[in-house]
Amino acid sequence: MSANGAPPLLELNAVDTYYGQIHILQALSIRIAAGELVCLLGGNASGKSTTLKTILGIVQPRNGTVSIEGEDVTKRPTSYRIARGLAIVPENRRLFAPMTVLENLEMGAYLRGGGSKEDFDRVYELFPRVYERRTQLAGTLSGGEQQMVAMGRALMSRPRLLLMDEPSMGLAPILVERNFEIIKQVHESGVAILVVEQNANVSLSIADRGYVLSTGRLVLEGKAAELRENDDLRKAYLGH
Amino acid sequence: MQFFIQLSLDGLTIGSVYALVALGYTLIYGVLKLLNFAHGDVFMVGSFIGYGVLQALGGASDPVVPVWLLLVLVTLAAMVGCAVLGVVIERFAYRPLRNAPRIAPLISALGVSFFLSNSMQLEFGAQQFNYASYNLSGGALYFHGFDLDHVHIPLLRIITIGSAFALMVVLWFLVNRTRTGKAMRATSFDREAAAMLGIDIDRVIVFTFILGSALAGAAGVMFALRVPTFAAVGFTTGLKGFTAAVIGGIGSIPGAMVGGILLGCAESYTAGYWTTAWSDLVVFSILIAFMIFRPQGLFGRVDIRKV
Repeated sequence: MSANGAPPLLELNAVDTYYGQIHILQALSIRIAAGELVCLLGGNASGKSTTLKTILGIVQPRNGTVSIEGEDVTKRPTSYRIARGLAIVPENRRLFAPMTVLENLEMGAYLRGGGSKEDFDRVYELFPRVYERRTQLAGTLSGGEQQMVAMGRALMSRPRLLLMDEPSMGLAPILVERNFEIIKQVHESGVAILVVEQNANVSLSIADRGYVLSTGRLVLEGKAAELRENDDLRKAYLGH
Repeated sequence: MQFFIQLSLDGLTIGSVYALVALGYTLIYGVLKLLNFAHGDVFMVGSFIGYGVLQALGGASDPVVPVWLLLVLVTLAAMVGCAVLGVVIERFAYRPLRNAPRIAPLISALGVSFFLSNSMQLEFGAQQFNYASYNLSGGALYFHGFDLDHVHIPLLRIITIGSAFALMVVLWFLVNRTRTGKAMRATSFDREAAAMLGIDIDRVIVFTFILGSALAGAAGVMFALRVPTFAAVGFTTGLKGFTAAVIGGIGSIPGAMVGGILLGCAESYTAGYWTTAWSDLVVFSILIAFMIFRPQGLFGRVDIRKV
């Protein structure tokens, strides 16, 4: 429970997720309050992407529950969870390359009938570059531009919690910095954000809190400032 | 020159039928990555539904409705019937195997194909069913038309080719301009990414089967207006539709259209300038040549995927 007693925006409670026989997530519990910026850190194969898929309902946990504002959505389909305010910017962006930027944005607002003029305007205001490119095929854009479209596409559904899967992956350092600036900007507009990252440094620099995942288990959690001082984490991720 | 025009006209007619069948193959492959080998038999059922409705309305020589309405009703009935059939096939033969290895739905598709052709044969026999389209309006659809360099182009041909293209335009509109059509393209490109945006993949798949099967139904009627139909017709025509889809690049909608027309013309020119006995051989040699030298087809993209 948060300070005012309202249930958290998103809560995973003792979730176990399997792929076939392989136990991926082990008794994972995380919670994100409205308006928070939380990061989930972990190396390769630590279960980060599976956590996101479990949150979205792409994979079903074998045990445990996923709740949005106290409502158990564990058995609910992805579309229901999106309608309840989740959205994702997937790893590697996963844009629909043979479709135009405009169509990609429309797909982001699929459940809301393709998006209103205000939805598009909000994205264009945040990313003037996306407006310039709107009639181009998404596959022809540069990596940085694609990241903006992926972000815009997720925002088209007016999410209250934005899930970001490895936003720094495959981008030049200057773009990573710019990207995290944008994440901060979106966060300041009132959207809660869960950043899932290998890059602990930059994530912790903007997050309120953090979780550290290792082979499907939570090994550390706490305020971002505390995590940055944590010796184990520094050794494992921060390289100093 | 006259002979060439005649052959081209033939090629265009049968080619537009192949194109409609190929579109179904390509659409369904796009969203499910499944070669729906039952598709040719859906086409066959369409031609049978058309025949049944034609007879119910009094037959070609003495219909109870005006001839234009007769053609519309026959085609619509086949399209609706096939759409329903397609949805049923997807629901019972493919959906339970959605997460099975890819070979499983393929075998299921072959099973459905045999089931359809054999049950139609059991029910209606192996004989040919002739629409007798030359009797429509006392043969007016053949006598009327226009002449191009002394080659007579019958009205029925123009209607067939025209409506095939009209259907392709409608399809183009549905796929590019409607929300569900766009969701279908998105799903074809990246099913998981589409699901992550809240797109209901099951609904998209059902929509795709409705579209593809309805086109096959229309193609069945257009085919049977030209030559008699029979229970086993789905196998070869389905295979040719599949070949057309591969030539165009499986998954590509303009590819299926172009592939169908090309295939129809290749078949027609071989039959005309060489011999009919070899036209199927040529058609399937083209398939093999494409498989070897350009497996992605004319309009297909080479898949580069992260593993």
